[in-house]
Amino acid sequence: MLAVENLHSGYGRIQALHGIDLEVKQGEIVTLIGANGAGKTTLLMTICGAPRASKGRVLLDGQDITQMPMHKIAHLGLAHSPEGRRIFARMSVLENLQMGGVAGDPAHYAEDLAKVLALFPRLQERLNQRGGTLSGGEQQMLAIGRALMSRPRVLLLDEPSLGLAPLVVRHIFDLIRQINRDQGMTVFLVEQNAHHALKLAHRGYVLVNGRVTLAGTGAELLANPEIRAHYLEGGAHGETA
Amino acid sequence: MAGVNMTAALRDGVIGAVVAAALALPMLGFRLVDSSQALTLSTRFDWVAWAALAVGLGRFALALLRDTLPGRLPALPDWGARFPKMRLYVGWGMAGFAFVLPFLPIADRALVDKATMVLIYVMLGWGLNIVVGLAGLLDLGFVAFYAVGAYSYALLATKLDLSFWVSLPLAGVFAAGFGIMLGFPVLRLRGDYLAIVTLGFGEIIRVILQNWQDFTNGPAGIGAIPRPSLFGLVFTANAPEGKTTFADYFGLDFSGNHRVIFLYFIILVLALLTNLFTLRIRRLPIGRAWEALREDEIACRSLGLNPTTIKLSAFATGAMFAGFAGSFFATRQGFISPESFTFIESAVILAIVVLGGMGSQIGVVLAALLLVGLPEWFRELQQYRMLAFGGAMVLIMLWKPSGLLAHRSPTIRLNQEAG
Repeated sequence: MLAVENLHSGYGRIQALHGIDLEVKQGEIVTLIGANGAGKTTLLMTICGAPRASKGRVLLDGQDITQMPMHKIAHLGLAHSPEGRRIFARMSVLENLQMGGVAGDPAHYAEDLAKVLALFPRLQERLNQRGGTLSGGEQQMLAIGRALMSRPRVLLLDEPSLGLAPLVVRHIFDLIRQINRDQGMTVFLVEQNAHHALKLAHRGYVLVNGRVTLAGTGAELLANPEIRAHYLEGGAHGETA
Repeated sequence: MAGVNMTAALRDGVIGAVVAAALALPMLGFRLVDSSQALTLSTRFDWVAWAALAVGLGRFALALLRDTLPGRLPALPDWGARFPKMRLYVGWGMAGFAFVLPFLPIADRALVDKATMVLIYVMLGWGLNIVVGLAGLLDLGFVAFYAVGAYSYALLATKLDLSFWVSLPLAGVFAAGFGIMLGFPVLRLRGDYLAIVTLGFGEIIRVILQNWQDFTNGPAGIGAIPRPSLFGLVFTANAPEGKTTFADYFGLDFSGNHRVIFLYFIILVLALLTNLFTLRIRRLPIGRAWEALREDEIACRSLGLNPTTIKLSAFATGAMFAGFAGSFFATRQGFISPESFTFIESAVILAIVVLGGMGSQIGVVLAALLLVGLPEWFRELQQYRMLAFGGAMVLIMLWKPSGLLAHRSPTIRLNQEAG
């Protein structure tokens, strides 16, 4: 579905990614874990078209989207819930969701809205509230809901657990699992919270300093002693619970 | 506790007095007197002392009051939030009042003239509101589009003999074109950088108007700009060849007031059109996209919105309304020169938008009344009117830091205790 081949990218003269290869198949949840500054967000943003890849290719269903501008890529069925959520703080929840539908077919709008609101009943309750007044967890739900409004083929999630309480993180991850299971949504999840991400994902990649160092199924990676040492047990970025 | 605050208050007072003395010394302390022989310098240091004393005592009193009155200034109630429908009623009420104003007994020619001036700024404020309030693009050179509109009409009318009603849409189109022209280079800029470039653009337009002698007649300006007619009826005492005057047609005695009132209604309708357009477009996808762009450009792009078209359309739309206002200004004044389009005009228009509460339509009207209306009405106060104006600005910033009718609360507010 989504394939990344030998991808190089960076900001100006600073290269952040040094030849990434990975693949996300239809109906899968694939996670990319890594420490702060490993290049996770850069990879996701490069897939979305900004910054532009300096080398390598990004393929969506076999179509090369490497050189496309970001707003065109969204129309091809690649939805992105960006790092830090980036909801429209001074617009209402409903308006946020409407903006999410821009890349979708207007004929589906009402149906998609109903689907998203059924998935996130909290958003239904707060439909006319300003986005910025929502709690962190609700904002994350809004960001995911907004991305789903375009009826994407692949959903990219950038650190949905960022800044959320453990209980809320669990809830969000349950919802991601539900979206994948019930809608068959293909999900590419970038996370620092390795424990939760690997438990949720079918497969995972580990990113270190702009290179993929390990790959495997979620269970394999969870059991890997190296990963346990670096990202899980007592690791600054893991959660032992 | 009182003792500690007393020292702080005293220090505050002394510092205030010293600053005031330093400022007052050159401004109040020395005076050029034109005596019969030559200019002589006279001093009045007593004024300086009084000024320093007044400021020092004032600062001292303020510092004391700040500690004794915990809430400092009483918070104004947020009427908009309490009565959500009120804004609508007030809006209709104001529009209704504006329509009957010229026929009220209090309305003399001077009042209608001033109201026309205020309405020009209301319209400019509403136009800039699209760019700044909705799309969040800080534009410090808005007067450029106003100038383009004014010169478009002036040149179309004097050189090509086109009527006001034909030139008006053309002027809007030209101004929108200039909006796009400005838009392209600033597509990648944001915030302060955008503000600087737009400011430069405003100056460039003015300098061009000033120096392109052959085309714009330079600093001498363009005079004898024709007045608009009402479906061919002219507003003069004697009808020119083949024309009928408004007074004759309706069997009225000729009065210069007819034209003043007619102009007033033109700008009223133009301003209301701007308002209706803004209210309407906010509900349409393009208006929503402007607001989304203001909130977060990256999110916009990742959702499939093209920021280029959104920004350019915002610049073009705002500029178009400024162009309409500009051609109205030209036809009302009958004479324009680059001097009418200096940076201070941009600053006033921006102040109207910010003071009114970004994005608030009624707020713009109130702010225009305050910023353009008050100085006009208080002309009798002469040089003190600017002082009163400054005082009013300070009060507003204290009371309503997010604008007169902010309909969103600020994201961050200073801690009450910290203040």
